[in-house]
Amino acid sequence: MGMGAFIIRRLLMVIPTLIGCTLLIFAVTQMINPYLRASLYITNEKQLARIDDIVKKYGLNDPFWVQYSRWMSELLRGNLGWSYTANQPVATAMMRRFPATLELVLFSAPIIIFLGIYLGVQSAVRRDTWFDHITRSTAIIGWSLPSFWLAMILIAIFYVGLGWFAPHRLGNTASMFVTSTSFIKYTGLNTIDGLLNGQLWITVDALRHLVLPVTVLTVIQIALIIRVMRSSMLETLNKGYIVMARAKGLKNSEVINRHARRNALIPVITLSALLVAGMMTGVVITETVFAINGIGRFAADAAIARGGGVDMAAILGFTLFTAIVFIFANLIVDITYAYLDPRIRLD
Amino acid sequence: MSLKSRWNEFKASIQPRKKELKFMFTRIKKSPLSIVGTAIIVFYIALAILAPVLSPPWPGRDPFMIPRKVYLIAPKPPSPEHIFGTAQGSYDIYYGCIWGTITAFRVGIVVVGISLVIGLIIGTLAGYYGGILDELMMRLTDIFLAFPGLVLCIALVVSLPSNLTIIELGSLKWTLPLGPLDKLLLALAIVGWPSYCRVIRGEVMRIKAEDYIQASRAVGCSDFRVITRHILPNSIYPILIMASLDIGAIVLTAAALSFLGLGSPTGYADWGQLISLSKSYIEASLEYWYTYIIPGLFIFTFVLGWNLLGDAFRDILDPMLRRR
Repeated sequence: MGMGAFIIRRLLMVIPTLIGCTLLIFAVTQMINPYLRASLYITNEKQLARIDDIVKKYGLNDPFWVQYSRWMSELLRGNLGWSYTANQPVATAMMRRFPATLELVLFSAPIIIFLGIYLGVQSAVRRDTWFDHITRSTAIIGWSLPSFWLAMILIAIFYVGLGWFAPHRLGNTASMFVTSTSFIKYTGLNTIDGLLNGQLWITVDALRHLVLPVTVLTVIQIALIIRVMRSSMLETLNKGYIVMARAKGLKNSEVINRHARRNALIPVITLSALLVAGMMTGVVITETVFAINGIGRFAADAAIARGGGVDMAAILGFTLFTAIVFIFANLIVDITYAYLDPRIRLD
Repeated sequence: MSLKSRWNEFKASIQPRKKELKFMFTRIKKSPLSIVGTAIIVFYIALAILAPVLSPPWPGRDPFMIPRKVYLIAPKPPSPEHIFGTAQGSYDIYYGCIWGTITAFRVGIVVVGISLVIGLIIGTLAGYYGGILDELMMRLTDIFLAFPGLVLCIALVVSLPSNLTIIELGSLKWTLPLGPLDKLLLALAIVGWPSYCRVIRGEVMRIKAEDYIQASRAVGCSDFRVITRHILPNSIYPILIMASLDIGAIVLTAAALSFLGLGSPTGYADWGQLISLSKSYIEASLEYWYTYIIPGLFIFTFVLGWNLLGDAFRDILDPMLRRR
């Protein structure tokens, strides 16, 4: 199978997976009573008062398939329903919150991936030395830390104790300025918008507020990359072509950088893509503890809201968003894989 | 066949496994990290067993609900009466931490158990029979794996009913009442099984291609016999070990959910729950450190113990890395 045919086949497989996802999501909502589900069809606040009509109008007591097709047609028109925790239509709320999450990912993902690969390779090359032991134990410690606990301790030390870094995305003055009319939001990312508006202090302020959450994410997530990179590298170093390369008399650095590392990177690429997708769809805990109004916190707020019952529409919208991000991340991984390793597409 | 020759046959048949086990133990003994891990887990098992002695519950009360004599809102620092202090609402942190050990083991074991059973059944069937059944099962796991675990858990905990109907046939209705913690356990298991299913399927497919499976089919073994006597014994042990070491990761996720307020009810002996009580005090002042540092240390060391063991086992069980 050529690369083109593989991509087309893989793209076609997205359709049944997407349908499966919507089916599963909708099936789960069926466990909830019709009055709560009505919020899925609401587009503005006034309709809240007429829930009974909506239950009747959308036939929320109808059989599953009828309801499912109706919901799908609303979905395809871009109507994701009304979120009462955000007090906005779900689609709008998610668009507004996504930049905060994206900013976190943009700053932490490169550190996690590149530092993780470097430490993993070094750990494998210097197997069973003190460097290997320290890297591995630090990684295991990071992997075992409850993220909310680490975040709380960092806040206690660096905010309450030292007053260096604060929670939230921006300080008071900066967030007032950002919401004013003289500040144009090009991307929603404070660090970049600050530069584009020529307000360097906004960028600096945003960066200061990113230090703690990025630290938490790095400490917690890097362990996985280190571990996979290390074991993949160890496996590769034992392959015949590495022995061959050494026998040819190549320099050690050349063997490691050009022959071993490239081949060992394949599993790490998959992992990195899934990691980034996972972070894009929200780092629920980090966002909650640092009071960052991102997509993960949006979902958590919606799920935990008890006042007027669960915010169904928000959860559903978020779940759908997540599913799509992951399906496409998997798609990209599969295609990269097939490109790097011809055996996969020839299967 | 005489009893003695049978015994000898049995002894011979377990010989390779015994050797394998011995090899594993020598490897574990050589790795200092796994010794630390073992020590931590043994310590927690002791804590769980000794819980009624270390912090006796009030007679006639649910031992998992932290008893309290007074109802003060603000936490109180450690004192002779409450050696770890009290959390918001006068819940004794020491009591919560000790009994929380049992909760942690319960969460880990129940979740691993349920997800393993589901994963084992579905994974084996999919791997062994292949074809359309395999395709269906794998797409199903795709769907589950497409969601980030924590979020799927949140959605499930919220939407699971308090009375789960298992079977409904006319007048025959069998329901299972679900408490808040049960919902959490069930949600974690529903999220957990697809990854085991994948691994088990892979193993089954690998072993299915071996010559001895062909041979056993050729001599007329039924599918059931081939699966239970030939495939599973050759694939299941590493998976069982790896899965049991997931207890740490599961307790970590459960703690995060409890922290968000989705797990056990307020006042339940649960580490994550205890930390969530301190949420409103972190930014206020440093003086309430004991309300989150102490329960957090319990979660951290518990998970660390499992992860240290897990890391050592991963190397030991990996045939590509082990004998070097």
